[in-house]
Amino acid sequence: MNIHEYQAKALLRTYGAPVAAGVPITSLDEAEAAINALPGPVWVVKSQIHAGGRGKGKFKELPEDAKGGVRVSFSPEEAMDNIKEMFGNTLVTKQTGPSGKQVNRLYIESGAAIDRELYLSLLVNRETGMTSFVASTEGGMDIETVAEETPDLIHTVDITPSQGCTDQDAAKLADALKLDGTAKTQAVELFKNLYTAFAEKDMSLLEINPLIVTESNDMQVLDAKVSFDNNALFRHSDVQELRDLTEEDEKEIQASKYDLSYIALDGEIGCMVNGAGLAMATMDIIKLYGGEPANFLDVGGGATTEKVTEAFKIITADPNVKGILVNIFGGIMRCDVIAEGVVEAVKQVGLPVPLVVRLEGTKVNEGKKIINESGLNVIAADDLDDAAQKIVKAVKG
Amino acid sequence: MSIFVDANTRVIVQGMTGRAGTFYTDQAVRYGSTYVGGVRPGKGGTRHLDMPMFNTVAEAMTETGANASLVIVPAPHAAEAMIEAIEAGIGVIVCVTERVPQHDMSRVKAALEGTDCVLIGPNSQGILTPEQCKIGVMPTRNAQPGSVGIASRSASLTSEILAQFSKAGMGQSTTVGIGGDTLHGVDFVECLKRFRDDAETEAVVLIGEIGGRSEEDAAEYLRSVDYGKPVIALVVGRHAPKGRRMGHAGTLSVLGGDSAQEKIANLRNAGVFIADNADDVVASVLQAQARAKAS
Repeated sequence: MNIHEYQAKALLRTYGAPVAAGVPITSLDEAEAAINALPGPVWVVKSQIHAGGRGKGKFKELPEDAKGGVRVSFSPEEAMDNIKEMFGNTLVTKQTGPSGKQVNRLYIESGAAIDRELYLSLLVNRETGMTSFVASTEGGMDIETVAEETPDLIHTVDITPSQGCTDQDAAKLADALKLDGTAKTQAVELFKNLYTAFAEKDMSLLEINPLIVTESNDMQVLDAKVSFDNNALFRHSDVQELRDLTEEDEKEIQASKYDLSYIALDGEIGCMVNGAGLAMATMDIIKLYGGEPANFLDVGGGATTEKVTEAFKIITADPNVKGILVNIFGGIMRCDVIAEGVVEAVKQVGLPVPLVVRLEGTKVNEGKKIINESGLNVIAADDLDDAAQKIVKAVKG
Repeated sequence: MSIFVDANTRVIVQGMTGRAGTFYTDQAVRYGSTYVGGVRPGKGGTRHLDMPMFNTVAEAMTETGANASLVIVPAPHAAEAMIEAIEAGIGVIVCVTERVPQHDMSRVKAALEGTDCVLIGPNSQGILTPEQCKIGVMPTRNAQPGSVGIASRSASLTSEILAQFSKAGMGQSTTVGIGGDTLHGVDFVECLKRFRDDAETEAVVLIGEIGGRSEEDAAEYLRSVDYGKPVIALVVGRHAPKGRRMGHAGTLSVLGGDSAQEKIANLRNAGVFIADNADDVVASVLQAQARAKAS
């Protein structure tokens, strides 16, 4: 689960991180009070959406030469103009896709006098199983590019879980970032606090880009991205409250209510599969025969008729879907349950497009019987390959 | 022969009294595996499924001679169950629990350091040596004894491929589900090493997917040894979306993790025979074996 920059900063502030004063607004009525609450002389107006690249992003509704999604303002009037121009418009960044995201929240923050921009993140290292700090002196730019072009400028420090981030770990990072004096003292404290926040709140990613050294040699968190481990949300009700559903795909929200794993894609063949691996294999084979999957949908191992019905509804709600492939290999999953779910769903939402069903495994004969006797116009397939060929043919003709 | 588990494996179940625990223990016993007891704090001294229950793993091991444990407890308690089994010094732990928090798995990995314990999973369908030992939740109807070793990151895809094996009359030495989570126990490399030493295994199939470095590590290992047996790999997720959110994948890829295409190229360079899609695995195994014989 992702949260907004202003939420991340508020959370990090509770762990003692140096964050500039700032006020989030969710309507234009709040703008004036927000500006007045900050001392100036510089006000930064930042779009709050769940996507990176905001500064270089463009608003769809504004002229091509208009400024981006993060704007520095040197007077209250200029800040107000920027707020009015940005609020409610659609920001397109390299991470939002061409449709962009509507800016419904802005964060007004005091400006900082930047001397140097650094990069810092924490994540769980797949290889060592430990939490790793990733740090670089090359802050403020795309870390991917830094990793590719100058890998020696990327430093990683693994933290032993039983010890946490020690003074030595923190000092090693501070040295890698070439910090000295007060900045170094503050950084050591900051790194230890960030680790505590990362561990205590079950974060999966904490990225500060840039982390800055100010002209007075103080540390400050200038931007912050935080993602939480969805599997650990059960023990963090405070974090759950930070969820902004307007940032998420409606169909994905609907799917998550029924414990379905769904990701919307751009193609025309809707897929319903049990198991993530089999779902990916199904998408691959659809592509092989020249089709494009419209989604990834894993109904999981313990699907009920209700879950399958819901999955089917989500798939058919996508206007791009021109055909549906149901591929179920019932290991734990029973084919008769799937079949009943499909029949029930079609009863409820109709069947506007061709449907290919491939059932295999537990109670497969019962499942096929339910489909056959339903009177539905279903194309039966024998195996994965056959199913993929048939749905692509049905869609492409 | 087989890897990790065989007819002599004596299994206890942590979480045996739960609904899933009861169901899958019963299935495994019916399949002919040797299950010797269950662990659930507070249930020591009682019996379940006609087996003795114990309060701790250590106690269960002393009383029953158990050398493997199936962990089938809810996600919030899975890490503690695994750590208890590791500290008790059991040989093999199979954790089928899904959605174990990442930070919990960090602690499990730390507990594993320096021990000889083999952890399979979590989020794994388990391990199956056909007709000898089943520890997990996988279906067994398409499994039969044979000479192909399988290590897989996906339960559903393994079921799919075993059905193809079954149609072709091809058996398996052992099938290992290494689990679908970012942090897990044994990896492809450890499975490859064991299959290499296993006299009965004549070919190895790896079922991989996008994310992580399991395939890259396997390729690196295979380049470093004269493996001596054909290895076949299927890597799915060539067309899966990636990195749409918050630069997630971006940051992660700083620490590695290639696309399916890169993984495939990497494995191919290491001499692995690539199955182009899920329907080609049996044919690929036959081709790889024919090629190995000819050379």
